[in-house]
This record gives sequence, C-alpha cells and structure tokens, in this order.
Amino acid sequence: MTTQTIAQARSRSLWRIYALEARYEFLKQLRMPAYVVPSLAFPLVFYFMFGVALPHGSGGPFDIPTYMLATYGAFGVMNVSLFGFGVGVATERGQGWMLFKRASPMPPVAYFAAKLATILVFSLIMVSALFVLGATAGGVRLPAGTWFSLLGVLTLGTLPFAAFGLAVAYWAGPNSAVAVLNIIALPSAFGSGMWIPIQMLPPVIKKAALFLPPYHYAQLALHTLGLDHGEAVSLHVFALAAFTAGSLLLAWIGFRRDEGKTFG
Amino acid sequence: MTRTTPFDDDRPVAELRRAVKRYGAVTALAGMDFEVRPGEVVALLGPNGAGKTTAVQLLLGLARPNAGEARLFGLEPRRAEARMRTGAMLQISKVPETLKVREHIHLVSSYYPRPLPEREVIAAAGLEGIEGRLFGKLSGGQRQRVLFALALCGDPDLMFLDEPTVGLDVEARRAFWTVIAEKARQGRSVLLTTHYLEEADALADRIVMIGRGQVIAEGTPAEIKSRVVGRKIRCRTALPLATIAALPGVRDVRRQDELTEVFAAEAERTVFELLSRDPSLSALEVRGADLEEAFLTLTHSEDPEEVAA
Repeated sequence: MTTQTIAQARSRSLWRIYALEARYEFLKQLRMPAYVVPSLAFPLVFYFMFGVALPHGSGGPFDIPTYMLATYGAFGVMNVSLFGFGVGVATERGQGWMLFKRASPMPPVAYFAAKLATILVFSLIMVSALFVLGATAGGVRLPAGTWFSLLGVLTLGTLPFAAFGLAVAYWAGPNSAVAVLNIIALPSAFGSGMWIPIQMLPPVIKKAALFLPPYHYAQLALHTLGLDHGEAVSLHVFALAAFTAGSLLLAWIGFRRDEGKTFG
Repeated sequence: MTRTTPFDDDRPVAELRRAVKRYGAVTALAGMDFEVRPGEVVALLGPNGAGKTTAVQLLLGLARPNAGEARLFGLEPRRAEARMRTGAMLQISKVPETLKVREHIHLVSSYYPRPLPEREVIAAAGLEGIEGRLFGKLSGGQRQRVLFALALCGDPDLMFLDEPTVGLDVEARRAFWTVIAEKARQGRSVLLTTHYLEEADALADRIVMIGRGQVIAEGTPAEIKSRVVGRKIRCRTALPLATIAALPGVRDVRRQDELTEVFAAEAERTVFELLSRDPSLSALEVRGADLEEAFLTLTHSEDPEEVAA
C-alpha cells in the first residue's frame, strides 16, 4: 500500500497543479467584466479626473499628480485584492464549487495561491498602467529607484486586503459579499485619504484614519515619495501586520466552521 | 508490493463505522455502519433528509463525524493518497462559468496521477462538440454531464455520484448508466445516491436503504424487493390462517371476507405450497411489489408521524 501510494503521489506534478490552477484562475477572472472593469478602469479614471485633469495649480505643498499616483495606486490594489479574493471565494463557497475542490485531490494551498497570484498580476497591470498615465498625462518625474520602490510597496498591499477579503468571504453570504465589501471599502478609502489627500480632510477624519488599515497602506506608499504624513513607518507596518493577522484568524475560524455546515 | 490491480486487497474502499453526525439539534447520521467493497456498485437510497448526502460528505472528508469513523481506502478521508483514488460528483449549483469545458477537465485531471485521456472523458460524458464552450453557456443537462466528466477524469478507483441524474432526460440518463456499468465492469467501485429506484435497480449490485440516519435495509435489488414487501398473493382458500402463516417465506397473512391475502418473499414457492395443501384453492392472483413500494413501506414504517397518521 505504502509503496503504491508514494508512487502515485510522485507521478503527479505539484508544480504543474499550482501553475495550471493559477493560469485558469487568471483566465476565469479575466473573462469577468464585472471584475476587470472596476478593478482596472476605476483607479485609472479617478486618477485621471482628480489627479491630472482638475486644475490644482494653487494646490498644497506637494505635486498632486505625484501624490495621487501613490494614493490611487493603493486604492486600486486594495480593490483588486478585496474583490478578487473576497467575491471569488464567497461565490465559490456559496455555489458549492469549494466543496468540489475540497473533495478533490487538489492541494488546498493551490486554490488560495492561485487567487493570490491572480490578484498580484492584476495589481501589476493596474499599477503599471497608472504609472504610464502619471508619467505621460500627469507629467510625473521620479528617479528610477523610486518608481520601483513605489511599485513594490503597492504590490505588497495585496496581502492584507486579500486576507480581509477572505475573511469577508467566510462571514458574508455569497450574495452579500459584494455589498459588504463596498460598504467597507469605499468609505474607508475616502477616510484614509486615498481619494482626497488626508491633509485636506477635516481633523476628525484625520484622527479616525489612524484606525483604518487603508490609511496605513497609503501612508507607506506615500513614504516612498517622501510625501507621507510623518508617522513612523513601523507604526504603519505594525498596523497592517495586525490587520492581516486578525483577518486571517477570522478567515480560519470561518473555514473551520464550514465543516459543520450542511450543503444541499 | 507490486500490484497491478486497482485494489490493494479486499478491504472496503469506503466505510463508515458507527458514524454519528449532528448539525445542531438535527441528527443527520445516527450511528451508521456502511461499506463499499472493491468493484462494487452500491446505491444509497432514501428520502430527502435521510442522511445520504451527509454519509457521502463524511466519506469524502468534507465533514467530520461527531462519533465513529469514516475511512477511504483504509485511510483518513482527507489524505491526498485517498483522494487521488476518488472522484466525486456532488450536488452543486454552479461551476465557475467563465472557464471552458475542456479547461475544467484539463485542470481537474492535473490533480490525479493517472488521468484518463481528455478525448475519452469527453466521449464518455457525452460532451463532444461543446468542449470549447464556456460552462456558463451550457444547458442544465450539459452542466450535469460536465460534473460527471470531472468525477471521471482522474480515472478513480471509487466514484461518488450524489444524485447524478437529477434533471437529466431519459435518454441522457440511460447513456449515463451505460458509462457507470462500464466502469463497474472494469472493476471500479461506485457509490451512488439516488431518489430514483429505477436507477438503483438498474445499476447497483447492492442497495442500502437509509432513513433517519440509519441503515434500514440492505441487499441486492432483488433481495430488497422480496425481503421488504415481497409479493402479495390473493386467493380463496379453506386453509386455516395459522397453517398459511407457518409456511416458509410467508411474512404476513390476513383474511377479508372470502379472500385471503398472503405477503410472501417468494411468491412461486408459497403458491406451490398453498396449492399442494389446498387443491380447491381458487381466484388466485399474484401482484408484484416494485422497489418503489418497498421503499415506501420501509421508510413509512420508520416514520412515527406517518404511523400515527
């Protein structure tokens, strides 16, 4: 028995499973306009409208197109991650597809790794397009190293928000996940200074922002440009790490709870 | 150990031992004992809420029993080694709609060490001509066939088919039965849950009837039919009821007016016995009980509300 099982385990390629799972996850999302359009087009359109097209010559102490490159980039990555992970998992849980996947010999990690890889690719595409728009229409000029560090910080943002999306997927129903995510994401994006620079928001919101994970994320992105609000980087990192850990814990509890449920 | 057969030995490929599963206040399985042996097609038959799906979920490792145990190929069902020898068709409403039929098969096949060639899967599940279509563009029956293809593509030693032909037309159902029968001929095991008694009768080597989370009857389709209700013999005879009741295979006897009704496991034998004892017996009538009746009788007798009603 043991000999046979080991032989069987060897004759399928785990690497191939991970690669195919990721490839098909990406294709699946790419063919969904309801995901692709809001996650790719919205940050670009908003950035163009508020960061480039609006006149802001008299503006504050910083260059708006540069500043908003960081904040709309952060907003975009947050959306790609929250919706890509949260809505995807919530839907597949609700329809029983997750059940099929769990019963199959797929390594469970492959499912989540594929979703993470997919939102990473979407984030890279979205941020690259934003950079091109910034450098052309926005006239943004940055040292090469700064472009890369901004890109790096922005992409790392996939992790905390994917984790939170996952938690929502396990606690909101498949039909309400989109609504729940919108209700949470839109106001907190606003309150975190992702749409309008935090300096221009009322003091109450500025104080409250300290409790919003997107605020810490946006500040880290702004830090690469030297445009952050001034709190310690370690505070932002700690806040995001705690948020990620808390979300993963919630998701894990939800994942375990699924076992006790009846399906069909 | 070098074996070429799909089975290690004669041990059950799937088994439940005194398995209990509760969902809150509801007991879905109340200490169920059950097994599927190598090469066997077993039909798990029962009304809604009898515990069929729960039994399948425990065996697939999708839920853990509160007491007792579930084993797949002698292993804990969650083990990849067990799952690589198992294919499942579950009752699920949707499969991701923006992947093509062929892409779904390609991906699921990659999970298995020795998957079937794609062409073979597509032919067996009757998907020729639609393999390039997105799942979301398929009709209900076509979707059902894709789910079957996904259970089949890993060429598993044991297939779980949970209500596989719900929503299929008669023709599609027959085609489906042919494939399952072919798998059984190749020595594969199948665990089928169904509402359709005809389906269990046509496919299964053994039928396990469950009600209220327990096995209430078990046997070949023929055994189930005879043992549970058998056949009803109606005749006019002068034999005393006690004599008839003592005949082998007679389960029940009653007399109404002139007519005697005998419930027998094997009608032929009982009729022979009756005639040899009473040559003047007349108005003989034998009515067969089909599986449907067997099923109703059994599940109703298990149901206190029905008895009270």
